[in-house]
Amino acid sequence: MESIALLIAASLNAGTVLAIASLGLLINEKAGIVNLGAEGMMLCAALAGFATVVHTGSTLAGFAAGMAAGAVLAAAFGVLVIWLNTNQYATGLALSLFGAGFSAFAGTGYVQEKLPEQASFALPLLGDMPLLGPALFRHHPMVYVCVGLVLALMWFLWRTRAGLVLRSVGESPESAHALGYPVRRIRLLAVVAGGALCGLAGAYVSTVYTPLWVEGMIAGKGWIALALTTFATWRPARVLLGAYLFGGLTMLQFHLQGMGVQVPSQILTMMPYLATVVVLVLISRNPTWIRINMPASMGKPFYPGA
Amino acid sequence: MTDLNKRSLIKLAALTAVASAALIGCGKKEEPAPAPEAAPVAEAPKAEPLKVAFAYVGPVGDGGWTFAHDNARKAVEAEFGDRVVTTFVENVPESADAERVLRDLAGQGNKLVFGTTFGYMEPMLKVAADFKDVKFEHATGYKQAENLRTYDSRTYEGAYLAGVIAGAMTQSNTLGVVASVPIPEVIRNINSFTLGAQSMNPKIKTKVVWVNAWFDPPKETEAATSLLNGGADILMQNTDSSAVLQTAEKMGKRGFGWDSDMTAYGPKAHLGSAVINWAPYYKKAVAEALDGSWQGNTGSWWGHKEGAIDLVSIAEDVPAEVKARIDEIKAGLKDGSFAIWKGPIADQDGKEVLADGQVADDAFLGGIKFYVKGVEGKLPN
Repeated sequence: MESIALLIAASLNAGTVLAIASLGLLINEKAGIVNLGAEGMMLCAALAGFATVVHTGSTLAGFAAGMAAGAVLAAAFGVLVIWLNTNQYATGLALSLFGAGFSAFAGTGYVQEKLPEQASFALPLLGDMPLLGPALFRHHPMVYVCVGLVLALMWFLWRTRAGLVLRSVGESPESAHALGYPVRRIRLLAVVAGGALCGLAGAYVSTVYTPLWVEGMIAGKGWIALALTTFATWRPARVLLGAYLFGGLTMLQFHLQGMGVQVPSQILTMMPYLATVVVLVLISRNPTWIRINMPASMGKPFYPGA
Repeated sequence: MTDLNKRSLIKLAALTAVASAALIGCGKKEEPAPAPEAAPVAEAPKAEPLKVAFAYVGPVGDGGWTFAHDNARKAVEAEFGDRVVTTFVENVPESADAERVLRDLAGQGNKLVFGTTFGYMEPMLKVAADFKDVKFEHATGYKQAENLRTYDSRTYEGAYLAGVIAGAMTQSNTLGVVASVPIPEVIRNINSFTLGAQSMNPKIKTKVVWVNAWFDPPKETEAATSLLNGGADILMQNTDSSAVLQTAEKMGKRGFGWDSDMTAYGPKAHLGSAVINWAPYYKKAVAEALDGSWQGNTGSWWGHKEGAIDLVSIAEDVPAEVKARIDEIKAGLKDGSFAIWKGPIADQDGKEVLADGQVADDAFLGGIKFYVKGVEGKLPN
């Protein structure tokens, strides 16, 4: 029982990274923009966050720097795809490759650095409960912030006027434009917000999750976050559940090995990716699932004059 | 057009002047300083410095494996001064790139080239065949040639010493190892760690998690977390980063440094560091290359006896009698009176692999593909 509680704890922690990045991408996609650059933004943000903590000693400053790095890259991406109408997929891929290379280059000086010791966290009273305490209530605050983010995003998208405008821009930019909404500026804001969240996730990886900087340390989490938005059919709550599930799969492979379960570790390493593919296939077989929630103009360029 | 040509000509001339000035400057620097007390023996005029190159698999800042190699490179520079010039290339992947880099290093006039990971074996063999006048040294491999020899260190001695401490310090009688790739070297280290622990406490069990990578800190962190969650209270790793020790520190458990002294990465968790010191071997290889006694087609496997392996920075809370036991083992390794792999040793299923009193030879050690008794889980094949 104890070990299951700890497995849950580790899964929530691993899933939080995926969820934060994926929520950012969800905002992008709700506004009609697909940003394949998540991996690159997260890497640059991981480095920015790590370097900031090395110099200032403050994890919060590190998060802020990571968000800023993600937002700046996303803004560049946004200008390219929204105003210059470059292909979203190609530009996003370029951003991913650029981010991986640039962070490796700029980060060479930080490979050996160490971060100051971090306090451990526990909620008062709740954290002392047997089983539930270690499973749910002794996490880094970011784990709870992430849950809050999901609720906030649900409220924003479906309960506010701004959220409605954002969604309309993703569904039919022409109609939104005809109604007088500045479609391009709204899309850019969404892209920047998404980049900031990807950046936050990246900084969380390098400053809290694995307090180190190593080239390529995001190791595919950005891609899983991208797959997650589809997996969750663009619903924030499902994003969170999916993220925990994938986080759980990552941890489960090591957990099973530790328990001596005889599964080749290479197969376990493939599991999160395999699960992504299976889920994609399953939901693609059900057109209504996709059609109801998928932003109709996702990935399509918008020409205001046309 | 003429104008352009003139301008570029002037530029070229200026560049040449600067470059030659720089070259002359460099040349001066490289000239051996006149020996303060000229050697009375008529030696051959001092030749150009020996160019020595190193190809590393990771960054020199990994704080572990590559860091240890680079420290030895610096020791070589310090020892031989202006008689050698060393260069290194880091982050050379164990792929087709390795051959390109090695070929490049040989082509640049390096006369002694070290490749520091197992995966360079085939590329080194190929490049060595094309550069007969260059001497190649390959770490942890087993293929040799006229101008290619191998060297390795007995990392399992460090693992055993770490095991002795872990066996004395564990409360849960469960140890964890974050392992990289299932090759005999790593399996031997897991086994030796377990044997060391069992020498202090026969009830010890070892859990193993394979991450299938030498250097992947997030994965190493996750593997370490799952081992600690699964009941292990002391961790050892055969991966290249400090992530496992850092995880132990974060979760209030204990761990070891591997390859290099990692005290700084987990001051509270750190029980000791099993370090490799490549300097004695590198100094020997360079000295041999300098005096012409270098021989290919050989292999060296150095341990504590030759100063290549040690357990350092043992934590203060390790009891004195355990520290004494460590010193005893070290002395035994030094004079050859102590053998780590001495029977009776049984494998995981209880089958005897070394009879009572039998000491394993290097061929046996090089081919270990089983877990000893007390290691849990199944060995991936």
